[in-house]
Amino acid sequence: MSTTSKVTRRNFMKVGALAGTGLVIAFYLPSSHELNTSADSAGGSFAPNAFLQIEPDGKITVWVTKSEMGQGIQTSLPMLVAEELEADWATIHIKQADANPKYGDQGTGGSESIRTMWTPLRKAGATARTMLIAAAAQTWGVDKSTCKAKSGAVIHAPSGRKLTYGELAIKASKLPVPTTVALKDPKDFTIIGKKTPRLDTREKVEGKAVFGLDVRVPGMLYATLAQCPVFGGKVVSFDATKAKAIKGVRDVVKVRDGIAVIAENTWLAMEGRRALDIKWDEGPNTGMSSPTISRMFAEQSKQPGLVARSVGDAAKALASAPNILESLYEFPYLAHATMEPMNCTADARADRCEIWAPTQFPSWGQEMAAHLLGLKPEKVTVHVTLLGGGFGRRANPDFMVQAAEISKAAGAPVMLVWTREDDMQHDFYRPTSSQLLRAGIDNKGFPVAWHHHILGPSIDAQMNPNFKGLDKGAVDVAASLPYAVPNIHVDFLNVSIPVPVGWWRSVWASQHAYANECFLDEIAFASRSDPYEFRMKLLANEPRYKGVLKLAATKAGWGKKLPEERGMGIAVVKSFGTYVAQVAEVTVEFKKVTVHRVVCAVDCGHYVNPDTIEAQMQSAIVMGLTAALKGEITIDRGRVMQGNFNDYPVLRMDEMPVIETYIVPSQEKPGGIGEPGLPPIAPAVSNAIFASIGKRIRRLPIRSTYPT
Amino acid sequence: MSPITFTLNGKQQSVDVSPEMPLLWVLRDTLGLTGTKYGCGMALCGACTVHLEGEAIRSCVTPISDVAGKKVVTIEGLSPENNHALQKAWIAEEVPQCGYCQPGQIMNSAALLAKTPNPSDADIDAAMSGNICRCGTYQRIRSAIHRAAAGGAK
Repeated sequence: MSTTSKVTRRNFMKVGALAGTGLVIAFYLPSSHELNTSADSAGGSFAPNAFLQIEPDGKITVWVTKSEMGQGIQTSLPMLVAEELEADWATIHIKQADANPKYGDQGTGGSESIRTMWTPLRKAGATARTMLIAAAAQTWGVDKSTCKAKSGAVIHAPSGRKLTYGELAIKASKLPVPTTVALKDPKDFTIIGKKTPRLDTREKVEGKAVFGLDVRVPGMLYATLAQCPVFGGKVVSFDATKAKAIKGVRDVVKVRDGIAVIAENTWLAMEGRRALDIKWDEGPNTGMSSPTISRMFAEQSKQPGLVARSVGDAAKALASAPNILESLYEFPYLAHATMEPMNCTADARADRCEIWAPTQFPSWGQEMAAHLLGLKPEKVTVHVTLLGGGFGRRANPDFMVQAAEISKAAGAPVMLVWTREDDMQHDFYRPTSSQLLRAGIDNKGFPVAWHHHILGPSIDAQMNPNFKGLDKGAVDVAASLPYAVPNIHVDFLNVSIPVPVGWWRSVWASQHAYANECFLDEIAFASRSDPYEFRMKLLANEPRYKGVLKLAATKAGWGKKLPEERGMGIAVVKSFGTYVAQVAEVTVEFKKVTVHRVVCAVDCGHYVNPDTIEAQMQSAIVMGLTAALKGEITIDRGRVMQGNFNDYPVLRMDEMPVIETYIVPSQEKPGGIGEPGLPPIAPAVSNAIFASIGKRIRRLPIRSTYPT
Repeated sequence: MSPITFTLNGKQQSVDVSPEMPLLWVLRDTLGLTGTKYGCGMALCGACTVHLEGEAIRSCVTPISDVAGKKVVTIEGLSPENNHALQKAWIAEEVPQCGYCQPGQIMNSAALLAKTPNPSDADIDAAMSGNICRCGTYQRIRSAIHRAAAGGAK
């Protein structure tokens, strides 16, 4: 694919004739690096980040540079292009982009894809539309202003003439690229904001969708990997005699992370692994357990952390406040437990490597695999498959590097398959934490001081041993407390613990929201105020918070008479640029918690596919309910004690509440949508339990207090 | 070891594998039918659900020897044109998110509808609670089952 026209970085666009195949628009997605670079310093050409291609037969292809893990990005990104292009949606096809620096940041996480692609992808569509109109006007010898684009064609209204995009593609590709293009007025949107069927549904209901585990490469073998169950342990010696005696087991090799069994199919690789005799050096962490971690928190609780937010003088205000409220909230480690366990297929050769991975971060895996193999990153091709769930787990490239190493040892393409137990016991867990909140309350019942002290393992510090300073993720929603409190102090103390931690859907917001919203509920109760009205008063200057709160409360029938033992709880959180309020209706009967109904109001600014918003709210609420009610990874003798869905239970059909989602119409810039639905649900449920039976839950999961 | 013969999606199939090998891995690795998924290996999640003589079973814990001479149907063979009422309902309700568990959900639902053509919510709870969806599509699964039961109408 060659590009021909000379352009600068500034106009972000590039056009090229694809050897007679039509119009190709390559467009730049500004990364923070590029935004900070004032000149085209490389001099000469620069690789674009993503592509839109229109072929003479009218087929339009959009390269999707973010990973599809259920959030619908393979549909919503093309919608941005199609809207501005005035394309017929039925002509849109997608291709999942391989890892390549020309695409810019391909990491998928932080609920960022729509937020970062909103403008560049719309500009790409608008540029193509502008050029197609120019090509048509030139063909007809008429003024451009008399032509308009609609449904994949340019129309000359005065004469009724029409040329399709396919017919115009080659001519358009030879025109100069406009330096500025007009974006559509949102009121004229016909695709953005309209319920649009996902492009990946049919293959998923036919069993044809290709996830990581469905990759098939000629001559491939299958591998399992025995890793030390204790964090920080390593292999001393191993005896593979019995494993190798199994017909179909091809080889047993020692790799950096353990012992790999390579076989003709997955089951034989699992059988071979069961037959291994491995002597482990369990390392220095065998004394670590959940109780010792709790003790570390208790011992360090008096130490101050790094200050994340300081308004007024919280200490002084606490000292002089007539009433003090104090609560300690405790959170366990959580596993991601994606339905598709970690896996990766690699074909490592002496001079190159090809990888097929369900990954949220293809370039990271590419870089790490290249480093391990002693290759340049461009010699490592990474194809991104569909992800059978991501939730942050698949950002880490550990499984990709392992597959590359095992393939190299096997001298063949190898699919590394983690068992469910491997997946649960070698995760990068949602951090555990201990969060102490103190409030000073005046005689009218309003908080005059808010002190939030967070103890937990920093993800940033664990990922990067040279990390110094405040882990901003670890204070996130705690530091952005929206309530009008004149004195606020929020700090974070990094407690180093050798359990791997990572990004779990909504990251720390899932914990901060619980601490904030449960504690505010406690203050409201202490002030004899209605929890909804109390929030509305303290959010007087926060219209978007109030908007979702009011919508959720109204739709839920807040304040209505409820049956005995039933309670309603409310919570509101802004995370990842989006405001979400939820009302949960809960019963506690015979000490058993049942969540009947959740009403969810979301304000994410401009939204792309409302059906996806609803789906993501349901998804986040279900995952958040599992975390609130059941989720807990415990540590004993330096290892994870859970292994499968019997001891790490998740929400099932018979526990599913009815979820109603309402979207606030908004012209604000787009917010994230994959994660913001999660943080409010646990506090909403917990506050509902209090409303039902007067019991505060300050330690998650709720299962540790009440069975579910 | 002699080959094991069974009917797979309406056709005779013979495989020369260990009799202990789970049906799941025979389907996926030996026969290349990857629509049936591995999720837990212990019949805890339902991702590997197929039909054996019309009953929903967990192929991850079913040794291939158990299906000798019997009829197995997988997601690939549920409907010749991939237009089973449930597949159509799944599309109409936009059920899948990541989609990994959905073949198992659909196969389990198909077995439910075969026995209980018009299931109540309680029937759905009872039949479907063995199938985990981490994306949390349960509400739409329920709607899709009702839609399919109603002949596609909602």
